Amino acid sequence: MEKHLMVSAIKEGTVVDHIPSEQLFRVIDILGLNRISNQITFGINLDSKILGKKAIIKIADKFFEDDDINRIALIAPQAKINIIKDFEVVEKRILTTPTEIKGIVKCMNPMCITNHQAVPTLFTATRKDNGPELLCHYCEKITDSKNLKIISNL
Amino acid sequence: MPKSLISIHDFSKEEILHILDMAASFEKNPFQPILKGKIVACIFFEPSTRTRLSFETAANRLGTRIIGFSDAGNTSVSKGETLKDTIKMVSNYADLIVMRHPLEGSARYASEVSSVPVINAGDGANQHPSQTLLDLYSIRKTQGTLENLHIDMVGDLKYGRTVHSLLQAMSHFNPNFVFTAPDELRMPQEYKSYLDNLNIPYKEASSLTEFITEADILYMTRVQQERFTDAIEYERVKNIYSLNNSMLEGCKPNMRILHPLPRVNEIATDVDSSKHAYYFEQAGNGVYTRMAIIAYLLGL
Repeated sequence: MEKHLMVSAIKEGTVVDHIPSEQLFRVIDILGLNRISNQITFGINLDSKILGKKAIIKIADKFFEDDDINRIALIAPQAKINIIKDFEVVEKRILTTPTEIKGIVKCMNPMCITNHQAVPTLFTATRKDNGPELLCHYCEKITDSKNLKIISNL
Repeated sequence: MPKSLISIHDFSKEEILHILDMAASFEKNPFQPILKGKIVACIFFEPSTRTRLSFETAANRLGTRIIGFSDAGNTSVSKGETLKDTIKMVSNYADLIVMRHPLEGSARYASEVSSVPVINAGDGANQHPSQTLLDLYSIRKTQGTLENLHIDMVGDLKYGRTVHSLLQAMSHFNPNFVFTAPDELRMPQEYKSYLDNLNIPYKEASSLTEFITEADILYMTRVQQERFTDAIEYERVKNIYSLNNSMLEGCKPNMRILHPLPRVNEIATDVDSSKHAYYFEQAGNGVYTRMAIIAYLLGL
């Protein structure tokens, strides 16, 4: 069978590959892709040997800072980041979960000050077997990966 | 940012012991107007009796003037003023802020926007560190030490903020814990894991009398009806966790009963005259401990 790319190649930019399909739209949200004017293509529910079904995003002419790209480690730690120059992968980046998470995640404690007043959230992340656990700097309660909600439109 | 007291983790073991030593010296001589000319703001966004009165007594005994409010309804908060703006404004007037607020994490946030030290006098169900320090003061005063003690915590161990903070503070001092609680209100796993990591031993009991004879400190808390989903279950357990004088037979002579107050029916009034009862003195110790905290944060 002829092999061809399901999502067409980009000349310059960033490819985020091996995203679990169900996390695609959260990754788009975290990276703020809905608010930039770059050309973006994505595929979802593509066959993957590792994940079963995966998603991929290709963002033309966009290169992220480590701090920005590492934010997606919270929900898609196995994602792979490829930097493309002239259609070639020139760099592969490995995601690391940041220890300090500022303003991306909502605190799951309804009585936390961050859910009532204009206080940006701040967490310390620790990695657990079933995903990251975030300790709220303010209310000192833990938000686990099951209850992790991303604050939209940062 | 000036040093504040928001959570018991903010103070090291050495700082805790230093505060307790200062509190002991204030107890020997409670009238020390060493902070004359300073202004303490006591801002209470929700009701309190003991905490507010003992902070105000402590500030008065140190010679400071006090400003503040005990009902946010009479302030600009009722006009929609944010906590940030209130704190920015008050920190321009006072040298130190004592704050109680119903939202968790509010005190940490206040300390970040304030230009003067903030003492957390309770942020919702989160922290109440001056209570913890006065508990430690009471324990050391009655036992002569904080090291190697058997502490039996009784009642609502799930939601009770005082037991969680006390557990963390006592972990500096090689304790042995017993957690006595109904199934619904058992000590949360995160605190048991915390002790496991530090190799601190603990046992769980479902009856008050099970380990009472081993205890040096019996730390009672209120079992609140609103915590139960099943009203029948509350009726069943409310008396199991209520202490009366006959249960104290065979207890160690040095054993003392502490309670953060207010008590309802978890300690029968016949216990009040027992030599083991210490909860009213404990509340009195709050003044010396709070004098020490205020003086320490103002750099004395």
